[in-house]
Amino acid sequence: MRTTPRILSSEKIMKTIKKDKINTVLDFLIKKYQVFGPVQKDDLVVDFGRIQNGAQACLEFSNTNEPAKKLFFPQAETLFSYTGSDAAQVSELKPEKPRIIFGMRPCDAKSLSLLDAVFDGPDYKDPYYIVKRKNTTIFTLACRRPRSNCFCDSLGIGPFSKKDTDVFMADLGDRYVFEPITPGGADILNKIPGLENARPTDAERLKNLRSEAESKVARKVDLDNLPEKLARIFDHPFWDGIHQKCLGCGICTYLCPTCHCFDIVDEQKDDKGRRIRIWDSCSYPTFTLEASGHNPRATGKERMRQRLMHKFRYFVENYGEIACVGCGRCINHCPVGSDLIREIENINNLK
Amino acid sequence: MDLQTKLRQEARKLLEEKLVDVVIGYEDEGAPLRTTPCFITDPQDVDRLVWNPFCDHNLARYLTARKDKAAVVAKGCDTRAIVVLINENQIERKNVNILGMPCGGIVDRKKIYNHLKNGDVREAVLKDKVITVKGLEFTADLMVDDFLADCCLSCRHRNPVLCDVQIGENLPPLDVKDEYKKIKQLEESTSEERWEYFRKTLSKCIRCYACREACPLCYCQQCFTDQNFPAWVGKTTDISDTIVFHIMRAFHTTGRCVDCGACERSCPNNVDIRMLTKKIAKDVKELFGDEAGLQLEEKAPLSFYNEDDPQDFIK
Repeated sequence: MRTTPRILSSEKIMKTIKKDKINTVLDFLIKKYQVFGPVQKDDLVVDFGRIQNGAQACLEFSNTNEPAKKLFFPQAETLFSYTGSDAAQVSELKPEKPRIIFGMRPCDAKSLSLLDAVFDGPDYKDPYYIVKRKNTTIFTLACRRPRSNCFCDSLGIGPFSKKDTDVFMADLGDRYVFEPITPGGADILNKIPGLENARPTDAERLKNLRSEAESKVARKVDLDNLPEKLARIFDHPFWDGIHQKCLGCGICTYLCPTCHCFDIVDEQKDDKGRRIRIWDSCSYPTFTLEASGHNPRATGKERMRQRLMHKFRYFVENYGEIACVGCGRCINHCPVGSDLIREIENINNLK
Repeated sequence: MDLQTKLRQEARKLLEEKLVDVVIGYEDEGAPLRTTPCFITDPQDVDRLVWNPFCDHNLARYLTARKDKAAVVAKGCDTRAIVVLINENQIERKNVNILGMPCGGIVDRKKIYNHLKNGDVREAVLKDKVITVKGLEFTADLMVDDFLADCCLSCRHRNPVLCDVQIGENLPPLDVKDEYKKIKQLEESTSEERWEYFRKTLSKCIRCYACREACPLCYCQQCFTDQNFPAWVGKTTDISDTIVFHIMRAFHTTGRCVDCGACERSCPNNVDIRMLTKKIAKDVKELFGDEAGLQLEEKAPLSFYNEDDPQDFIK
């Protein structure tokens, strides 16, 4: 598992820059790094994209529609390709230009530490994931705009969390402040021209903004006994009703920062082919369909149970943490209004 | 008596007299600007049912999988979908009890989010035709009619085309202008412009299949996208794979799509899915004079042949 070295607090000199100069920071970084940041895709959709110049970044947003996981675990990724009867060509897993993800929310940053447990754990190392992870520096942007379905607080994260990042940033209104969290983050921060030392009052201002942001996280959910509770209710009649309205689409899993199940498909045309890893979803019937035609998770009931069990029980048993960061995307985007928090409350209330 | 009360009364009657096993309707779980589908089996629970302009799901989607007898709350477009399902032998008329709702249009909440510059709506109260929305830093009074879904703005079938009980009086027909405005613009653009439009909107697709799953008429036991032997379409989000999926899905709805807009509303990434189905519906209407789901025992235009069928497209 990736261990994050943290720097001494004496080295944590906060830097600052005026808001209208933030593009110069990005423009500087873009010369040396591949920079990804929130980009406005249409009136309602902001998503991570490669930024070619500072002006493309959209830092006034609540959260990206899609989570940051796709930058490390893309929806479709070629594992290797081949031609004719030659041996398969594995594209060299050498890192390209180092990357910076600029403006990730703390919830998404936390999701990466959860994905590390899966793709960079003691038992299994995924080179495709690891090479991207090692090659990337993360600048989180504190969240001053938690939305109505955010509940990161209940997962111990919080909108101003400084964990799981290299550089912590916050919007003070007229300026941004930067705080180095890891030595790598500090190195980059020290090289950015135009940053000034933060003002003595900034720490206090940050504290106030943090309380303000935390007060906007209105929804809470009690997760204390959930893993144990789930272990006892696998056969409870509760599951017969909960899935009824679920359409069985992939929104909640694809937009989840921690869902990481995948399928492997081969594509071939003439004598050229490639093997691709693509996202898959436990909501789909084909996820568990066996070659014989038998499907062990035959209906929506088994599939929805699996989704909740995996996030809140199996993941805890395997890695010691809940596989949820409270970003609320599954609730915001569910076409039939399924509400994860309500589902958990219902489970908590089961006898 | 308001329609919601009347709806609850009818639902109670159906369950108490055991005429149906379940009533499929809408309930309000407190999320602003939304309702959620509900499945009521106990007459004591009928007061959960709501009827308002946020009842946007096409509940006909839940009928095909059922073996019991179900009553379903259905707007004009939803009843058209039920007619198609009956005509295509997917449900039996006797197994579905249609609670038909004359519908003045449903709200597209994405339009409200857009109007509020993606503002975070934390509370919404509907009174008459005014929605009072509140966020942490704003309050606004919005008129329902200013935020109706696009499909509702060109709706020609606001009243149920088939039902067992109609809740409320028929609404007068809507004065529809420019039903195909957007489609005509696309038709008149150059193929490069069209391609650019398709590429731009479809590149947002994440292949979650919510459009397919929300569609009452996408009931194939195995969708072509899920077949892997042979694989008809690639599973990646490469634009060519995505376009194949959307075009094939749209073609499968030819002469069947009732333009309820469920596909588009379910999309998490704002893909303009309805543009394809609406274009096909326009072609079907122009070529065969047909609109899907208007009467029982009606044959779908692609399921039979007439000697005078247009064949100008054969070159």
